[in-house]
Amino acid sequence: MPNWFLPAAAICGLMFATAPILIANAPYESTMGLVQKIFYVHLPAAWMFLLGGVLCGVASARYLFKGDPRQDRFAWACAELVVLFGALTLVTGPLWARKAWGVWWQWDVRLTSSLMGWMVAVAYLLLRKYGGPGSDKLAAGLALFGLANVPFIYISVNYWRTIHPLTTVVPTLPTSFGVPLWFSVATFVLLFVLLLRMRVRLEEQRARVDALYLSMDA
Amino acid sequence: MFGQTVWLVLRKDFTIEVRSLEIAYTTLFFAISCVLVFAFALVQEGRAPEGGAAGILWIAIAFAGTLALGRTFERERQAETLRALLLAPAARPAVYVGKLLGIVVLLLAAELVLVPLVALLFQAPLFAHPVWLASILLTGTIGFAAVGTLFAAMLVRARSRDVLLPVLLYPITVPVIIAGVRATGALLQPEVDAGVLQVWLALLVCFDVVFVTLALWTFEPLMTD
Repeated sequence: MPNWFLPAAAICGLMFATAPILIANAPYESTMGLVQKIFYVHLPAAWMFLLGGVLCGVASARYLFKGDPRQDRFAWACAELVVLFGALTLVTGPLWARKAWGVWWQWDVRLTSSLMGWMVAVAYLLLRKYGGPGSDKLAAGLALFGLANVPFIYISVNYWRTIHPLTTVVPTLPTSFGVPLWFSVATFVLLFVLLLRMRVRLEEQRARVDALYLSMDA
Repeated sequence: MFGQTVWLVLRKDFTIEVRSLEIAYTTLFFAISCVLVFAFALVQEGRAPEGGAAGILWIAIAFAGTLALGRTFERERQAETLRALLLAPAARPAVYVGKLLGIVVLLLAAELVLVPLVALLFQAPLFAHPVWLASILLTGTIGFAAVGTLFAAMLVRARSRDVLLPVLLYPITVPVIIAGVRATGALLQPEVDAGVLQVWLALLVCFDVVFVTLALWTFEPLMTD
């Protein structure tokens, strides 16, 4: 592991311990009250979900056309994080929606496209796990198609009415809401980087073990 | 040269298919079974649900299409001919287009039977606007088959390919299903809104263009060991 890993992990742990205090001290939102606080987890998780998806798609495209195995390992690690943060987003969202909209789920554009994006990531992992030899390329192709698919899902569902709050509210938040939110985002980014680094390292070591086995046979 | 390769691949597939008609018959029978399952599940007290016909038609197309896609490449795998096809001194994208056209023609043939069947069983006025319906079916089928042909070709060498094809295919083809169902649904309304139809049809055409381009672009690196 690189030198920065352990200190960064310690900082991340501390930040996760501090975040609940900041969130608890943030003022209640006037219309939604307590349930609005889930937003401090939901929004960072959703952003990491998106970030992971974009990184996975880009790394997959580079792997497909350049053939660099490092890009492949990176894409795989990203796909796992997409599933993780996507699951967080898709669980926290309905918890809030039940209170705010009165229903757990709406076939709204953001919800549907998030769900389909998450499904593609799960399919990616299934392919990697059960596809056998050669599934790395197939998975890269799937990730590329998944990335190209997002705008289509978005457009196709956009004709239904949307009730999801828009992200344009974020820059206009008052400081009392903004500080815990950005602290939470920073915590999630750090967690994302740490998990990604750890996962890529695991794959690197696997690749090294495989290479060693092969060199012993030769 | 490109066109010639496409034609040769297409003709080869058709010659093999015509000898046994295995895929055509099984796909068609499966599609009809699908429609019947929906009929038994949804028809209550002898009445079909309002507006269900569009959805049932597209589900039957998607399911039958998956079956046909899996079978076409299974044949290549059993005969070990995919390697020969790829070794041939021909442009890889042309091989893809040939395979794609074969699947599209097969699915369109299945739709020729499915559409009257759904219209009959669910009392849907599907033939009121034949040109609109034909363009929706054609663009939707091309979109579905464009992704499906690439994935099925990729999965030929993978383990558990039968299970993985639908797992990969459905999340990616969701926009085609949504647009197809919505457009067909709009067609079944008493007053057809041409604006709505045009929007969905435009979306289907865009999807076709983007995904056929993407497939042509990635077929070469994906099919190289």
